[in-house]
This record gives sequence, C-alpha cells and structure tokens, in this order.
Amino acid sequence: MQIFSPSADTWFRAGLAAFAVLVAALALVGGGYARSEYLTQVGWTRDQQVPFSHKHHVGDLGIDCRYCHTSVETATRAGLPPTHTCMTCHSQVWTGAPMLAPVRKSLATGEPLHWRRVAQLPDYVYFDHSIHVDRGVACVECHGRVDRMPLTWRAKAFEMKFCLDCHRDPAPHLRPPEQVTRMDWSDWSEDRAEAFGMAAMRRFHVEPARLDSCEICHR
Amino acid sequence: MTAPSRYHQITGEVVSIPPRFPAPRAWWLLFAGALALLALWVVAVAVLLVRGPGVWGNNIPVGWGFPIIGYVWWLGIGHAGTLISSMLLLLSRSWRNSLNRFAEAMTLFAVVCAGLLPILHLGRPWYFYWMAPYPNTMGVWPQFRSPLAWDFFAVVVYLVVSVAFWYVGIIPDLASARDRATKRRWQFFFGLLALGWRGAGSHWLRWRQAYRLTAALAIPLVALVTASYALLFAGGPVHGWNSTIFPAYFLVGAVFSGFAVVGILAVVIRSLLGLRDLITPLHFDRIGKLLLATGLMTLYGYLADAFTALYGGGYELETLHDRVGGAYAWSFWGAVVLNFVPLQFMWRRRFRTSPIVLALVGVSVAAGMWLERYMLVVTGLFRDWTGSSTGLFHATFWDWALFAGFIGVFATGMLLFVRLLPVVSAFEIKREIGESGG
Repeated sequence: MQIFSPSADTWFRAGLAAFAVLVAALALVGGGYARSEYLTQVGWTRDQQVPFSHKHHVGDLGIDCRYCHTSVETATRAGLPPTHTCMTCHSQVWTGAPMLAPVRKSLATGEPLHWRRVAQLPDYVYFDHSIHVDRGVACVECHGRVDRMPLTWRAKAFEMKFCLDCHRDPAPHLRPPEQVTRMDWSDWSEDRAEAFGMAAMRRFHVEPARLDSCEICHR
Repeated sequence: MTAPSRYHQITGEVVSIPPRFPAPRAWWLLFAGALALLALWVVAVAVLLVRGPGVWGNNIPVGWGFPIIGYVWWLGIGHAGTLISSMLLLLSRSWRNSLNRFAEAMTLFAVVCAGLLPILHLGRPWYFYWMAPYPNTMGVWPQFRSPLAWDFFAVVVYLVVSVAFWYVGIIPDLASARDRATKRRWQFFFGLLALGWRGAGSHWLRWRQAYRLTAALAIPLVALVTASYALLFAGGPVHGWNSTIFPAYFLVGAVFSGFAVVGILAVVIRSLLGLRDLITPLHFDRIGKLLLATGLMTLYGYLADAFTALYGGGYELETLHDRVGGAYAWSFWGAVVLNFVPLQFMWRRRFRTSPIVLALVGVSVAAGMWLERYMLVVTGLFRDWTGSSTGLFHATFWDWALFAGFIGVFATGMLLFVRLLPVVSAFEIKREIGESGG
C-alpha cells in the first residue's frame, strides 16, 4: 500500500527549503532588529514635562552647553540644571507662558522637574564625561547636532561598537578641549582633524591599545 | 541456517522492536525514573536561571565546580561512541555493527548534556551565542587566541557531525522498518525519517561515500574536542593543570569512561530487548579488552602526571601532596580505586564475557572518572598562589540536583531512542553475513 501521495516528496523538499529560508530570515530579522531604531531609539524624542528646545537655546540664542550641564568638566555625569538655572532667564522672559507652567510650579514647590533620559548607557558601563571633555571629545561627537533639535532625541545608538570605534582610533574624533562645546566643525577637513588628533594623542598619551581593554569601561 | 532466512530474522528482530516492543513494563519503569530525573533537571535549571549561579558551590577561587566537571565527564563519555563507530568502521572491524548504533546515540545525548553545562555555567546563559563569531553591534569578536573560543567551535562541530553520522547510518534501517511496519502511524513515522530510501544501487553508492566521509571527519574531531578542553586547563597558570600531557591524558581518560558506559548500555539494551544473538559475549569481550587497554593508558597518565610533579617539584609537588593527602584526597583515591581496582577483572575472559561483571566494572569506572574530573578541577583551583585566595569547595543541593538531572536528560533520550528507532545496525550485520558467505 502506498504510504505517501505522489506529491509527498515535493512537499518534503519544499518543507526543507522553507526551513532553510526561515533560519536565514530569522538571522536577518534578528540582525536587523538589533540595529533598528526601534531598539536603539536613535532619532526618537521622548515626552517631557516641558518641551525644551535645544535648537532655540543653543542654536538661536547661543547658550553654551556648560551653562546648564555644569558638571560635565569635572564629574562622571554632565548634570541636569536645577529649576533656578531656568529661572535665571525665565523669571524675566516668558514669565506667563503656559508652556513653562511646570517650571514655575517646580520653583514654587521645590520639586525638581522630572526629565526623561534621552542618552542612556547600560549600568554596567563606567562612563566619565569629564575625561572625554578634558581630552577634547566634542559634545557633538556623541550627542549630535543638538543645536538643530527642536525636541531632544538620541543622536547615536550608543552600542558598544560606537564606543570602541573611537577608543580604537581616537585621532579623527579629538578637538581642541577649549572648543569642546562647538557644534559646527564643517570647516575642519578630515586631514586637519587627523593631524590635530595625532598631535593631541601624543600630548595626552592616549594609547588605543589601553583604551581597547575591557576594564576601561567594564569595571 | 541459510543466509536469506538469517537476514530475514535479523531484520525482523531489530526493526520490529518499536512497533511490538518486547519489554513494555521494564521500559515504562525505567522511563518513569528518567522522567523524574528530567523533572528534577527542569527545577534545577529554573532555580539557577531565577537565582543565578550563587545556588551552586562555585565561588572564587573554585569558579569551575560541578558544571565544568560534568562537561568534561559527559564529553568524554561521548567520545567512545564516535571511536567505536568511525574508527572501527574505517578499520573494517565488523563486530562494531552490533554496538555502533546505540553507541552513536549515546554520543549524541552525552554531547547534548556536555554542551548545555558550560552554557548554564555562564551566569547569563541566554547570551551564550556571544561565543560565536558573528557581525555584532558590540564591535568585538571572540578571543581567537583563547582555547575557550575553539572549545565552543569544536563542540558545536562535533555535535553536528555526530548527528549527521548517526542519521546517515540509520537511514537504511529506517527504510526496512518502514517496509515492515503494519500500522499506518509507524509507516508514516519511519517513512518520513527514511527520506525515500529504496535500496537502489545508486543509493548505496552515495550512502557509502557519505558514511565513510563523515566517519573520517568524526575521528580527528574527537582529538580536537579533547585537545580544546584539555588546553583550557593546561593553558592556565594553575599548578596541577599547566602540563603538556593533558591533551593525551584527557583523550584516553575520555575514551576509557566512554567504553565503560558503552559496556553498561550494551548489557542493559541486550537484556531489555532480548537481543542475545546480536549482542553476544564476543562483544562484551571486546568492550572489556578496550576498557582494560584505555584504563591502563589512563593509569599511565596518572603516573606520568605524578612523575612530572616529583621531577619538577615546587608548586606542582604541593598540588600532588594536596591530591594524595589534602582536603580532597578522597576524590583522588576514590578515582584511583574505582577506576583501576575493579578493572583488573578484565584481564580474564571469564569476567569480560559476564554481562553483570562488565556492567559493574562500567559503573565503577564511570563513577571513578567523574571523581577524577572532580579531583582535577577542584585541587587545581582551591589553593591559589597566595594564602588569601584559598577556599574549600562544597557542592550544594542544587549542584547535585543538576548532576542527577543531567543523568535524567541522558536517560530520557536513550530510552526514547530504544523505544522508537532500530537500536542495532541490522543491514550492516546482514552485509557482514553476506560477505563472509553465510
């Protein structure tokens, strides 16, 4: 008696082929997902209590990053400004703007504004802003052109590869430390950046071989 | 008996086992025991995943503990199946035909157990695929200079080749099982697995090429896998491990423990399925001789290791003192006694051909080789170079639960194999009868 129909062999082969395709597709989808903006949140803004615009404050008004992020040169964290910092201006300008109601409320009650973090590193990563600023890694290198962000979004994926690309080849990413908050570096050619970076590496004894080891970031 | 009727009888004997199982009661009893251990495995793994490796006795300085002991032990058991099958195939030792099928299945399930143990040992087992070299968002590759990366590759390749070898070898028997099956569900089951085998000349030609090619691939893999995990030990600056004899020492020890388990399985399967004229005293005799030979080589490894320590002195000598008289002397002497004392029965043919003696020696050797792995891992680690990093290792309940659980994983796999598939290579035995003229 016949066990299988005449088309069984075709179905079996089709099944095997489908399985192979499925495995390949899963690998591709998995790899794509790991790099997707859905996962890395690159370019996504987050809802904030106050729709703060870096474009307005940095791009249009030219306020330096360190005016608000005061601890960036001395501490691991750049720091978020207390409400008093906002009020240095907003006690004088836009005093009645509905948009700023949460800021006034924060000042009145003493409860800080609750900002939602945009640039986030995993907690098993030891990252120190001060040393990066001190050696001339410009803000724009990791945070992108915040002077063009009406609402703040994550500019880079902050994957390990992103950190390592720079740690393994720091030269093109180094700038004069005194200009670290400058956003627009279009007047620096690649050659100039490279030449400056090589000199900076020599001066600061930056050794990629050391920056590449695990315990630099995972302590 | 004429050759054709003998063919008929062998095929009937082997392939009719799954549809008309000869020992349902004994099988169900064993299977219930295996499932209970499997359930224990599930619980032990769940507890590990929820609470982390702190549930084990592993702690600095003894970071390896039971999972790595088990890993080395299970892989070693697996190697014997590959060697019996492939090496004896290429050497045309036809007596292997009664043993190779279940020995290969033993390899498969042992490798599965061995592969899972280091993954569970990772602490975050769900990231085990980081061991594989694939383009990732971290910008790092596995450390190709480390034996760890090569160990991973070796075990994965070994698993794939073992599956391929076992499956290619079983296809012709699956086809005879399909042709003999009367119930629709067995016809379908075997028919699907037999991949449309019709026994045509072209099939046999291809089959022979594929089978011998896979066998030739499998043999160097045994050496590769043992070497890779032996070098994981030998590559470290740990006294008692830092020894160039390790790859050879691990290889013979592995095969020794594997032949012991082949012996146990041969006795159990023979009496469970009543395969008295397929697995004969001749086979027990051969297994016993192999056990004796590999056992004596392992003993030589022990002696060479001790000699190196005596000759080299220093920390190596201290580790030797620790082994023969320290906190873990029981594991050293336990290994020596269980491995080599009952083994001496194997000098006499009368004991080699006795199933009960062979099985008991097998159990003793399997336990002895486990103790040896314990002794190697723990005595190497528990006393470091500095007094501050000395710490005794004590296995916890969950260590033992996982150990027993893995025996459940192995036994469940083996019992399902015995229940569902042809356990002996019927067609190879028939060819042997045909070639020897009946």
